[in-house]
Amino acid sequence: MHAARPAYDKLIFELSSPGRFAYSLPECDVPDSDPAALLPRAHLRETPAELPEVSEVDVVRHYSRLSQMNYGVDTHFYPLGSCTMKYNPKINEDMARLDGFARLHPLAPEAASQGALQLMHELGRDLAEISGMDEVSLQPAAGAQGELAGVLMIRAYHLARGERRHKVLIPDSAHGTNPASTALAGFSVVELQSETNGDVDLVDLERHLDEDVAAFMITQPNTLGLFESRIHQITEMCHAKGVQVYMDGANFNAILGITRPGDLGFDVCHFNLHKTFTTPHGGGGPGSGPVGIKAHLAPFLPTPVVVKSEDAYALDWSRPQSIGKLQAFWGNFGMLVRAYAYIRTMGPDGLRAVSENAVLNANYILKRLESDYDRSAPGPCMHECVLSARRQKRLGVSAMDIAKRLLDLGFYAPSTYFPMIVEEALMIEPTETESKETLDQFCDAMIQIAREAETSPHVIHEAPVTTSVRRLDQTLAARQPVLRWRPSK
Amino acid sequence: MRYISNTAAQQKEMLAVIGASSIEDLLVRIPAKARLSRPLNLPRAMAETELQRHLQRMSGLNAGADEYACFLGAGSYDHAVPSPINHLISRGEFFTAYTPYQPEASQGTLRSIFEYQTMMAELTGMDVANASIYDGASSLAEATLMAHSVTGRDTLVLSRGVNPLYRQVVETYGEGPGLKIKSAPLGDGVTDGDALRKALSKHTAAVVIQYPNFFGCLEDVRAVAEIAHGAGALLIVVADPINLGLLTPPGDSGADIVVGEGQGLGVPMSFGGPNLGVFAVKQELVRRMPGRLVGATVDVDRQRGFVLTLQTREQHIRREKATSNICTNVALCALMATIYVSILGKRGLRKVGELSTAKAHYAARELTRIPGVRLRFAAPFFKEFALQLPKSPERVIKRLMKDRLLAGVPLKGFDRAYKDCLLVAVTEKRTKDEIDAYAAALAAALA
Amino acid sequence: MANVPAELKYTREHEWAKVEGDRARIGITAFAQEQLGDVVFVELPKVGAKVTALKTFGVVESVKAVSDLFAPVTGEVVEVNAELPKKPELVNSDPYGQGWMLVIRMSHPKDVDSLMSAADYEKLTAGSGH
Repeated sequence: MHAARPAYDKLIFELSSPGRFAYSLPECDVPDSDPAALLPRAHLRETPAELPEVSEVDVVRHYSRLSQMNYGVDTHFYPLGSCTMKYNPKINEDMARLDGFARLHPLAPEAASQGALQLMHELGRDLAEISGMDEVSLQPAAGAQGELAGVLMIRAYHLARGERRHKVLIPDSAHGTNPASTALAGFSVVELQSETNGDVDLVDLERHLDEDVAAFMITQPNTLGLFESRIHQITEMCHAKGVQVYMDGANFNAILGITRPGDLGFDVCHFNLHKTFTTPHGGGGPGSGPVGIKAHLAPFLPTPVVVKSEDAYALDWSRPQSIGKLQAFWGNFGMLVRAYAYIRTMGPDGLRAVSENAVLNANYILKRLESDYDRSAPGPCMHECVLSARRQKRLGVSAMDIAKRLLDLGFYAPSTYFPMIVEEALMIEPTETESKETLDQFCDAMIQIAREAETSPHVIHEAPVTTSVRRLDQTLAARQPVLRWRPSK
Repeated sequence: MRYISNTAAQQKEMLAVIGASSIEDLLVRIPAKARLSRPLNLPRAMAETELQRHLQRMSGLNAGADEYACFLGAGSYDHAVPSPINHLISRGEFFTAYTPYQPEASQGTLRSIFEYQTMMAELTGMDVANASIYDGASSLAEATLMAHSVTGRDTLVLSRGVNPLYRQVVETYGEGPGLKIKSAPLGDGVTDGDALRKALSKHTAAVVIQYPNFFGCLEDVRAVAEIAHGAGALLIVVADPINLGLLTPPGDSGADIVVGEGQGLGVPMSFGGPNLGVFAVKQELVRRMPGRLVGATVDVDRQRGFVLTLQTREQHIRREKATSNICTNVALCALMATIYVSILGKRGLRKVGELSTAKAHYAARELTRIPGVRLRFAAPFFKEFALQLPKSPERVIKRLMKDRLLAGVPLKGFDRAYKDCLLVAVTEKRTKDEIDAYAAALAAALA
Repeated sequence: MANVPAELKYTREHEWAKVEGDRARIGITAFAQEQLGDVVFVELPKVGAKVTALKTFGVVESVKAVSDLFAPVTGEVVEVNAELPKKPELVNSDPYGQGWMLVIRMSHPKDVDSLMSAADYEKLTAGSGH
């Protein structure tokens, strides 16, 4: 039997009724209000845009109901590996909404933006301390843009030394953004094979390191959730060939206060404030992807740089070697306020405890599930564990099927099919904010699914049945794309 | 410890299950040499009340738009934000979800993005809009890369009427593929058609104009489209969707790609970010688009549902050959815009445009009554205009701060040719009283 | 075991070629379409385009995967399957028939001699895949 599902199937356009409205605008208080008298006719839209005509009640009820079709961290355990779906503190939201932050125009005079600039300056210093890097730019809007900024700085650095290097080495276990950002920065991507546990294959690395390689880009801990132990050796090998080493900081939640990329020999690393530093994921963004660098890359930082002189803060544009700007203004400031509030709330001991507990939680899950699912690597993991559903696959149950069944059992799904070097991968990141009780419920559900795969796989194949829709036809969506609503004739 | 749920007793229990004596046992792969041997050098943890006091003090140092009448624009605008937006986006199911990888548990986000795509396509006059890019400037940069890949040409011609900050972002993104960027000059506030024609060649991938442009002036989009297409180039138009409730959509005038900053649609200014990058194209370019797309489909019971689609364009599948590196976008800002457009609706959005126009033109008239103050350009403008002053704009700005007025954006930093100019934006939110106070204060400052 | 018609020639990248005089009709093998899953989109060159043996000439996409298409022979495209943009599913349902992609007029008809026979291709695909 299928559980009752909400019958709501409306789009806002389908609630529209001519003449209904929700807006509240003041009467025009200046003379000459007719746009036809003020603007040339050719610039006035001939027919009004087909937008909804709905009441405020319609709007509030519609979006409240839509929200109920979502799982979020506030409602569900969300073990989406690599995304660090931890609890997003409410006080951070209050702070980001303070009038002097939320209602501040980016081009307000510097003298009237001192609090905002101070916050950015302090956050930059804090992230530099946390990462062991020398300088941090807060401008990148997300991790991928941080990668682009980092790789462009590396490119500018080599060019400034009169070297035109063309290649960037990236392991096959990397996030897709790594090769995409690298290609965007004008490099050709050379994919390195990882060892089966995701470690760098040193022989393969050595073979590829030459004077045409600009950078080596790796995720630490790697995408299998393991710390790369030979990291000093790797960064030294690279530096010996003049190769810069970039750390994808997606997994920073594993190492706060324990180890620092700067001390490991990395030249560049980016942060995902929406992962490690609790800024909400918002259904896909906004994020924030600050990028940290060692001093030799400082001339190439994106402009402007927030600087402190005497007792005033300012935006410094005078950086002739800068890679330029990444977005119109200074960064996703609203996210910076939240991350700053979080770092101040946690303090140094709190941040270290974050990573310790993230590691503890992941290892607890790994232990509890290792007899029912295949491990992707031996030994303890860091903040996330990657399991393989290859055993279940032989019974006709795929990683995707398991993900769908979890939705029915009250959990969001782990990341699936990533990293690509693990067959039928299930990447589970519990984060430190989850309790043992929640982890136990999740593990019980996973074990139940492993049993069902053996005894009643149809239950898994039918799933989900409790969500607002059931399995969706992705092929139809891609073959005959319908990408906007149109009124039915 | 705050935000960490497990008690010390539970941690012990868990370690026992794992078979480790301490958390340290789990960190064996991190060599001693790699360890940080001291605590992080950060300020101590603050309690909630301490944090509030600390951040309230810092925010109080800034000139928020509640205390100051804000006439600043240049890419970020003080439009009114209807109350339901913050309430609705703050629902945890929206706020704390991520990219809808499991569509069955993400229909709320997917449906709202589908609505957003429809609204943006409708406003811009295009066929398809994506689920968002970071901001207007990075949207434009992505559009230029797309034009490069579609046409196989490597030169961009940017009008001088395009926001100079956007131009800088285009330059950054163009560095990797080696795009060449040329300028088309303005003739009295709008792109000079003859000069533009001369700037084009068989290498031109795209012509970029802004509508209304950086100086608030209304470009002749149709004429520029003809010139661009005549040279086999695409036309990219930068347009703020909030203006398109009233103004002619660029898609109706021949634009191939429309990008823009959607911050005005209910997103707080927030010192310039996060913003909302709008990106819309004609049907034939859909498969070359950057960013996520939501499409309609059906589930196994033939019930309507929504999924991320055409994903083979994206980095997680196509890696170094992806149309863009973007992953995380600004979905929540797109949700704000969706709710905003729902609330304003068919008539309200047009009214916002009408009010802005009326107030901006009233402000221009009142301010130019002051001796020595004149409009820098004669071309028709919409809600923003460049004002030429007889005194240093920086000094005027400083002086008017005392009257709780943010008078405008000085143009010196963007282009020295306009060092005596102030860019003034007037949204529907400004009142006649504020405008009159501005005129009086400016007159006093210049007297 | 997937269907491997004996009269066709094959590439290691899973394209087939059917020689018709100085022309070769080409498509992807049954094994390839099975590996890809439901094909949702095929991007092909236009008539008149030049293709080079072992170089890419287009892509075939499923929901979650993209594959480059490699030309078995060098020459000029003289026909393109106009049905595929509307019905990409033909690549799945009839890979050697209605799912054909291009007809190429070969510059060097001898190119086909370097392609694999059905027997060799069968050996290549045996043991890989599921």
